Amino acid sequence: MEFLANLLPAGLAHHAPALVIVIPLVAAAVAALMPNGRAGWAVAMVTASLVAFFALTVLGMVLTDGLISYHMGGWEPPYGIELRVDALNAVLLALVGVMGFLCVLFALPSCADDIEEDKRALFYSAFLVTLAGLLGVTISGDAFNVFVFLEISSISTYTIIAMGAGKDRRALTAAYNYLILGTIGATFFVIGVGFLYMATGSLNMADIAQILQQQGHNRVTQAAFAFIVVGLGLKAAMFPLHVWLPNAYAFAPNFVTAFLASTATKVAFYALIRFLFSVFHPDVAFVELSFTWIFAVLGVVAMFVCSFQAIFQTDARRLLAYSSVAQVGYMMLGLGMGTVLGLQAGLLHLINHSLMKGALFMALGAFALHYGVRHVRDLGGLGRTMPATATAFTVAGLSLVGVPLTVGFDSKWYLIIAALERGWWWAVAALILSSLLALIYVGRMIMTVWMEAAPAHRGQVSPPRRAPIMVYIPMGLLAFANIYFFFDASFLVMLSEAAANAAMGGR
Amino acid sequence: MLDIILERFNYIPIIILMMTGLYVVIATGNLVKRLVGLSLFQTSVFLLYITIGKVFGGQPPILDGAHHGDDEGGHGAGYGAAGYGEAGDHGEGHGDDYAAGDAGDHGEAVADAAEHASDYAHGADAAHHASEVLYSNPLPHVLILTAIVVGVATLAVGLALVVRIREAYGTIEDDGLNAADYNRETGGGE
Repeated sequence: MEFLANLLPAGLAHHAPALVIVIPLVAAAVAALMPNGRAGWAVAMVTASLVAFFALTVLGMVLTDGLISYHMGGWEPPYGIELRVDALNAVLLALVGVMGFLCVLFALPSCADDIEEDKRALFYSAFLVTLAGLLGVTISGDAFNVFVFLEISSISTYTIIAMGAGKDRRALTAAYNYLILGTIGATFFVIGVGFLYMATGSLNMADIAQILQQQGHNRVTQAAFAFIVVGLGLKAAMFPLHVWLPNAYAFAPNFVTAFLASTATKVAFYALIRFLFSVFHPDVAFVELSFTWIFAVLGVVAMFVCSFQAIFQTDARRLLAYSSVAQVGYMMLGLGMGTVLGLQAGLLHLINHSLMKGALFMALGAFALHYGVRHVRDLGGLGRTMPATATAFTVAGLSLVGVPLTVGFDSKWYLIIAALERGWWWAVAALILSSLLALIYVGRMIMTVWMEAAPAHRGQVSPPRRAPIMVYIPMGLLAFANIYFFFDASFLVMLSEAAANAAMGGR
Repeated sequence: MLDIILERFNYIPIIILMMTGLYVVIATGNLVKRLVGLSLFQTSVFLLYITIGKVFGGQPPILDGAHHGDDEGGHGAGYGAAGYGEAGDHGEGHGDDYAAGDAGDHGEAVADAAEHASDYAHGADAAHHASEVLYSNPLPHVLILTAIVVGVATLAVGLALVVRIREAYGTIEDDGLNAADYNRETGGGE
């Protein structure tokens, strides 16, 4: 990782944590001024490349030199706002940066299809605000600042989801419902932060953690804990709080779904980990109780209930959306183990899941470009007309099930090892059984793609179609990553291990 | 029991507003009314933050050192401005500035006061002064200014969505929307 850390001159590298958020925020205004969609996309593309570059630099710096604390405006924390990057959020930052970059590549052909020309530049502007918000949540070390960035990303997310209305008006109601639930979640979170502020008099997360450790916990901090868990749980689509997600993913433009599925819930989940492990501590009795009785239990329930719901979906993207909630269940289970190994497995699954879902939604987007695919049955025979896309789809799908030779196997393997170490045999059984459920819903789609006759129009069999090159590049890279990281898992394992250790406070 | 409640009287309206707002969000089927409930819910949280900033007997967190400074002319304006610059940083600035302004007002030891203002070497009496002045906590207000902006933005996006929903569906009642979607899934498109 040394080479990443040394890419930038020292002066610029020092400000990299701030630039990661400032660049997309400023670029959002520039994109809004662009005369057409193509120029807007160019702005988004340049921004996303810069963000990915800076995010990787920050990751390199953190892995080589340790914690970065950037004082915004030169004010000393805890009075000023601190951008605090340790291995945990550096990994998330790099994930959001890279996935954002790949998704923007995919956006050019996909949005040309999904969104009216005159709205495209504004759409990219809203997307950049979302990106800035997500990066801000990841990098900020200030609890209230996290709320503000959470809302910056959420409010712009509502608008870009609603842009799906050009294809299906249900995108509007989906965005509205997400707005209501997302705002309730954010408000719960801010109530929790308020209670923490009452109890500690500080908003800096590291400072709060220290004060809590000294003065111990009381009813106020317990209330804060409950509010924060519910608030962030809503944003992260934790099991009983996930109702906004399936419709939002199903009716948003394809590009938005691919981007959100691989970043947004991940970032909210990161914030949850940050609060559970760094601000509160797993050693505290009520936090530990919540791990065993809330996160682990609800995680397992999510794995089953949402996998079942996925099996019975007819809409392909809705199916994958339910599967996403089930996959969040795996992460909750890993987190609920409360051990370094469990958290590491959960984080590894978080990274891997974003690789799989990114590739799957991009492949669905590529199918939709040519055949307007929405339902599972529309996928029939596309393996014959679009074999390359169908292959990427299959690889990512198998990875979702956790078949060996794909990264999905890695993270489930680590989850099982962590469960065994904790002595949770039932969790191992649940992991294997729910993977079988995943096999059913993924298998149904893959069989439809490969086994059925090629789509025909008025008796004429459709000729082979090629997806645009801008779809192939990100989709192919992600599908390749799904296989590559199985054979060379050390990189992702190293990242998740460093992240889990950072979350636990031992650097 | 009554004591406990009366001591925390400020929370009573907050809880009532919060629960009313949340109830409206859940209970109503009208999309605009639901946004009204949501705003109520958010506003109650603003109140929660504002009330925790109140310190009993505390003054508004505004420095009056600057006024004294203006009266004093050249010297005074100098340390008045310096006082403002320092104010945002930390509490000790208040004490120095206040003491300096005070001394200037009485017309004695002006040079001494200027020295105070310029290098902020504070003597025992300045520190004593600082402890006497009690200010309310301004931080929650600043936070809530931000939160209000967030609330306004949410409400604006929500209302814009309702307008678009009405254009697309011709209704803003939940029942009507569900019925329209259901008919389209089952009756229309196939």
